[in-house]
Amino acid sequence: MNNTMSFVAGLLVAAGVTYLVRMVPLVLVKKKIENKFIKSFLYYVPYAVLGVMTIPAIFYSTSCFASAAVGFVVAVILAYFERGLLTVAAASCVAVLITELII
Amino acid sequence: MEDKNNSFWKGIKDGIPICLGYISVSFAFGIFSVGSGLSVLETVLISMTNVTSAGQLAAVPIIAGGGSLFELAMTQFFINLRYSLMSVLLSQKLGSTVRVIDRFLIAFVNTDEVFAVASGKDGNLGRKYLYGLILTPYLGWSMGTLVGAVAGNILPEIIVSALGIAIYGMFIAIIIPPAKKSLPTALCILFAVALSCAFKYIPILNVVPNGFVIIICAVAASVLFALVAPVPDEKEVAENE
Repeated sequence: MNNTMSFVAGLLVAAGVTYLVRMVPLVLVKKKIENKFIKSFLYYVPYAVLGVMTIPAIFYSTSCFASAAVGFVVAVILAYFERGLLTVAAASCVAVLITELII
Repeated sequence: MEDKNNSFWKGIKDGIPICLGYISVSFAFGIFSVGSGLSVLETVLISMTNVTSAGQLAAVPIIAGGGSLFELAMTQFFINLRYSLMSVLLSQKLGSTVRVIDRFLIAFVNTDEVFAVASGKDGNLGRKYLYGLILTPYLGWSMGTLVGAVAGNILPEIIVSALGIAIYGMFIAIIIPPAKKSLPTALCILFAVALSCAFKYIPILNVVPNGFVIIICAVAASVLFALVAPVPDEKEVAENE
């Protein structure tokens, strides 16, 4: 019961905040953002967030560090050559699987 | 004045590529979420109410790990802050058929990809087109999550282990190409990652809850680089001029 309650509260908070961040500007703001600092900040944020969320978490995302490290290297190489999201993700999964079968 | 793009079916059609991309990302999210200890129902509910990959991925450990609601709210606010800018820019594209009530509904599914497609269209967008454009991605996001969550429960452990890296593989595929083209972007990511590692491995810092680590590192790196390397106007966010 206690767990269910905290899940519902968490769900409402996460969904509520996410929705407000999207909704308030779409409904209220009519003018364009001209401030260069804010524009630059908003440009960098998604990349910084994804970087922080990926490293070091990716090295703990599989059942052992070695397979995750191999998956990471494969993903970086393919991403560098600008393969699609699906290709990069699938290849890194396959790399992890092969590594874990070998070890 | 008539809106240039106002066909529901055209919107559906433009949403299909986004939908296909979402199925795979949300599949990975489903696997991740049940792996973190949430049920299939809880996982699907999160996807149906949040509709944001990075935000959900950050929310799950906080919810499953019993973090505070304050930590959760702050994390979601900063991770999803970019949508505010997208909503501001999207509002410039809305045609005369879009009512205030439509704005409330469209905002719910204003994701990075929906925004990208909408801002790439020539001329104003009507409400029928926009509803079509958000419907297919929303269905793909919800269904992909369901399939991933169920698969996470029934697939053998070695497969689930391999699939656990999928969502991070996608993140890498998102950040490396722009980092290749823009040195400040690459340095910003590296700086943020270095901070992230510091919070993970340095004894006193590693007690900071994960949600705050994401905020602190990403905001610090973004503020620093917004100051030392402001983005030229033609970049991304200002593209729909």
